[in-house]
Amino acid sequence: MGALSQKHMLGLEYVPKADIELILDTAFSFREVLDRPVKKVPTLQGKTIVNLFFESSTRTRLSFELAEKRLSADSINFSASSSSLSKGESLRDTIQNIEAMKMDLVIIRHNTPGSAHQLSNYVDAVVINAGDGTHEHPTQALLDLMSIKEKFGHIDGLKVAIIGDIAHSRVALSNIYGLRTMGAEVTICGPPTFIPPFIEDLGVTVSYNLDEVLHGQDVVNVLRIQQERMQSALIPSLREYRALYGITLERLNSLKHELTIMHPGPLNRGVEIDSEVADSEHSIILHQVLNGVAVRMALLYLLLGGKEQKGESNA
Amino acid sequence: MRNTELLTGKLLLTGGKAYLPESNSLEPRDLLIEDGQLVGMEPSIEPSDDMEVVDLEGLIISPGFADIHVHFREPGQEYKENLETGSAAALAGGFTTVCCMPNTEPAIDTQESVRYIRQKQERLMVDIYPVAAATKERKGRELTEYGEMTEAGAVGFSDDGAPIMNGAVMRRALEYSKMVNKPVIQHAEDLQLKGNGLMHEGKVSTALGLPGAPGISEVAMVFRDLRIAEYVGARLHIQHVSVAESVDLIRQAKERGVKVTCEATAHHLMLTDEAVRTFNTNTKVNPPLRTRADVDALRQGVADGTIDAICTDHAPHSLEEKERTFDLAPPGMIGLESALGIATKSLVANKVIGLPQLLYRLVVAPREIMGLPGEFYTEGKPANLTIFHPGEEWVFSREHVYSRSKNSPFYGSQLIGRVKAVLAEGRIANFGVTVGE
Repeated sequence: MGALSQKHMLGLEYVPKADIELILDTAFSFREVLDRPVKKVPTLQGKTIVNLFFESSTRTRLSFELAEKRLSADSINFSASSSSLSKGESLRDTIQNIEAMKMDLVIIRHNTPGSAHQLSNYVDAVVINAGDGTHEHPTQALLDLMSIKEKFGHIDGLKVAIIGDIAHSRVALSNIYGLRTMGAEVTICGPPTFIPPFIEDLGVTVSYNLDEVLHGQDVVNVLRIQQERMQSALIPSLREYRALYGITLERLNSLKHELTIMHPGPLNRGVEIDSEVADSEHSIILHQVLNGVAVRMALLYLLLGGKEQKGESNA
Repeated sequence: MRNTELLTGKLLLTGGKAYLPESNSLEPRDLLIEDGQLVGMEPSIEPSDDMEVVDLEGLIISPGFADIHVHFREPGQEYKENLETGSAAALAGGFTTVCCMPNTEPAIDTQESVRYIRQKQERLMVDIYPVAAATKERKGRELTEYGEMTEAGAVGFSDDGAPIMNGAVMRRALEYSKMVNKPVIQHAEDLQLKGNGLMHEGKVSTALGLPGAPGISEVAMVFRDLRIAEYVGARLHIQHVSVAESVDLIRQAKERGVKVTCEATAHHLMLTDEAVRTFNTNTKVNPPLRTRADVDALRQGVADGTIDAICTDHAPHSLEEKERTFDLAPPGMIGLESALGIATKSLVANKVIGLPQLLYRLVVAPREIMGLPGEFYTEGKPANLTIFHPGEEWVFSREHVYSRSKNSPFYGSQLIGRVKAVLAEGRIANFGVTVGE
């Protein structure tokens, strides 16, 4: 098996196609482990992983923890809301103690863009970005890519639309990077106040009209709408948002072709997506959840395995 | 500071070229210094046995540079910088005069606090002139006492990092300042348009997911302030211009006869928002690093005189503060020690302006804006000189920093132009000139 070209997984912006292919191939082989009666392998025995969550997370954290357990790694959890850290405390201070405990790999979720990059400058351990504010969420995008590949057999040439609050979404940004690298055509769609400036420079098409966009797409990835966006004058109401950008059953039924529905969760049923759509045969939302564990197992294996080889060659 | 010495006896600086402000040119000049005082300046001075001769072949002699925008953090934030460490940094950059900003704790907003700075700087080699707060506690509501603070030594009025958002207050500040003929100095940024922006809003902020501060947040404020200053006929100085459209607006205003001056920082003349891609918090600065088109427009503004002075906005912050995440790290970078090297590389090496024009913007223009003493090479007075190599290429590193704080994004960068020595107040700060044979 090959090795990844980089030490950390901080984001998909600079990850080459060969790395993504390797991660997905490895993830598919771990999917097979997850279907076994005994879903555990000794691959990472003796490796220590810390889950550093400065921001609340249910799915991503459970998924990482499960991936660590399935690979027999020792893991510890550290949770603190970023806002509860006093302003006088630097990120470096916070992690110094953890570093002293000789961790092999750190998984970090934090509300500030770049926090995973900064962490990688401060520690010797391998770093995986589990979401840094509105920047990247690479493992989410990898599991999305895996789910698309599982459904279609390929990613290249597919038309994928990302719907919703692009400007405040790490999922959107990582998906854009990953999908573009893998050769998909990407359209983003939402109200103009949700579209960040110069996003076209990342190689995507922008539209404000959902009905036009949905025709001809193979996949739509529907982003969660945050309630607080109305206070910041970005949209006037959830009602109007649903009317203009909701993936409703009527919209889905009006299409003449099959459309695959994805959502990173958690769902606002009845807002950005109708329950009937989320639970329909077009939806692969639950596949995404299972693939999330497989992708994270693959990443842990590849990043820690690569390090071990390096150590041996030095010995 | 560690490497300054009292000047005693006769010192002959020979073989160098001097920057002459009256003709804005560089001419061969020998300078004779006796006990720290300038006693002679001629195209050639014959050495005698009682003189210590310093060969300045290939070097430039200039009146000490003036930086009208520094943060020396005193009083209240001495862990970042104080007048003494700030002065050491200034000398290393060739600056013998600086104007320090009032965003201290407490703010410099009374005649007592102005006097405190003026008294404390007397024993230092660098002349430090305080810019006093334009409104009480820099809150943008009530004016401070411009009359009494001017008497105490304030050279201008600014709320610095806290732009005066209320247009009516800005109007009154500008009107009231006419009484003392000092500029109102504005950090022009509409804080509402800026929002929670942490870097320039553009393709890089989008790629990094960092909240952006759009260029229009500066442009809108520049427009408003120019119009108010024009209406009331007062002196406005706009700090650290960073956006191309701001340069255009100021150029047009100057053509209409508005009494406006402005400055650009060395870093805004060099770096773009691409530098933020590393998430190095030392690239987080207010106003943010903009685009290549903005840098080009700033350089053009320097070339045609729209931008009067080059400054540093030297803003020290501790390592602990800069090791916070990008949202919590305070904005700002130090700049005194690297300013000449950056400005020469950006402007002279790129043939935007010649060396005399650069020196005009480092020596003459800043003093004019702030109404500071502008007599150069005065015989019988302590020599106030900066000696530098105009073409030396060097790699900037931490060891060149005298500031108490080290927050620079320029470590490892190749700079052009290097300060060798500074003479002021009868002393010499030596950074590499061989004195004696």
